[in-house]
Amino acid sequence: MSDKIEKVSIIVSKGSLEGIYPALIMANGARAEGIEADLFFTFFGLDAVHKARHEHIKLATVGNPGLHLATWAGGLPGMSAVMTHYLSRKMDGLDIPPIPEFIEMIADTGAGLYACQASVDLFGLSKEDFIDQVQAVITVGEFYERAAGGQIIFT
Amino acid sequence: MSTKVYAGTEVSVNDEGFFTDPGQWREDMAAEIAQEAGVGDLTGRHWQVIHFMRTEFAQKGTGPTVRALGKTSGVSVKELYRLFPKGPAKLAARIAGIPKPRGCI
Repeated sequence: MSDKIEKVSIIVSKGSLEGIYPALIMANGARAEGIEADLFFTFFGLDAVHKARHEHIKLATVGNPGLHLATWAGGLPGMSAVMTHYLSRKMDGLDIPPIPEFIEMIADTGAGLYACQASVDLFGLSKEDFIDQVQAVITVGEFYERAAGGQIIFT
Repeated sequence: MSTKVYAGTEVSVNDEGFFTDPGQWREDMAAEIAQEAGVGDLTGRHWQVIHFMRTEFAQKGTGPTVRALGKTSGVSVKELYRLFPKGPAKLAARIAGIPKPRGCI
């Protein structure tokens, strides 16, 4: 194997803000370095490319010890929305784009976006539920075919 | 650190081929660097990005990332990747004789 990474296939399996951004940053960063990149959305990660949901991705305030918030406080009504708003403003200040804009940009860099067939079936979705940048709904086998010869990153 | 000769002039570059002294760069070196970087012949659109890189570097001391380029250079992200397939900000910076832009977005 060459010591230089030529290709990455990044799996997005979570639907929270902190679950989605790292994968997007890695995909975008790969393309910026001239590395080939594909994003494969599975399970709740599908929300990142779901037309009706991708603008409403929230930070998880429950079960997230990294927030250093009392567990009961994290569950208060509106807490997730408030924390998401706070973080989004900080990100905006650093010129980190909102998820829909970021995904559109990543597609423009030439990265491939794919949805997982099993999850699409499980949630009763179809290709029409996703933003136009999603190229296809593919099976796990097809994913491995596409990923061949590169690194696979699970997030 | 090593040296390279572009357009008949010796310049200092780092391991990745970026100029260590942007002051050594001249426009007539760009075509040779572009060939070496695998970008091929430079068009007017390439030059728009290269000039933008130089201006940004002169003003801010650092080159823009792809996102910043897409927003402010007048060349879209899609076109940037058509012009510089192996990384627009990185390759344009190298051809423009400025350091590699740092930044995660």
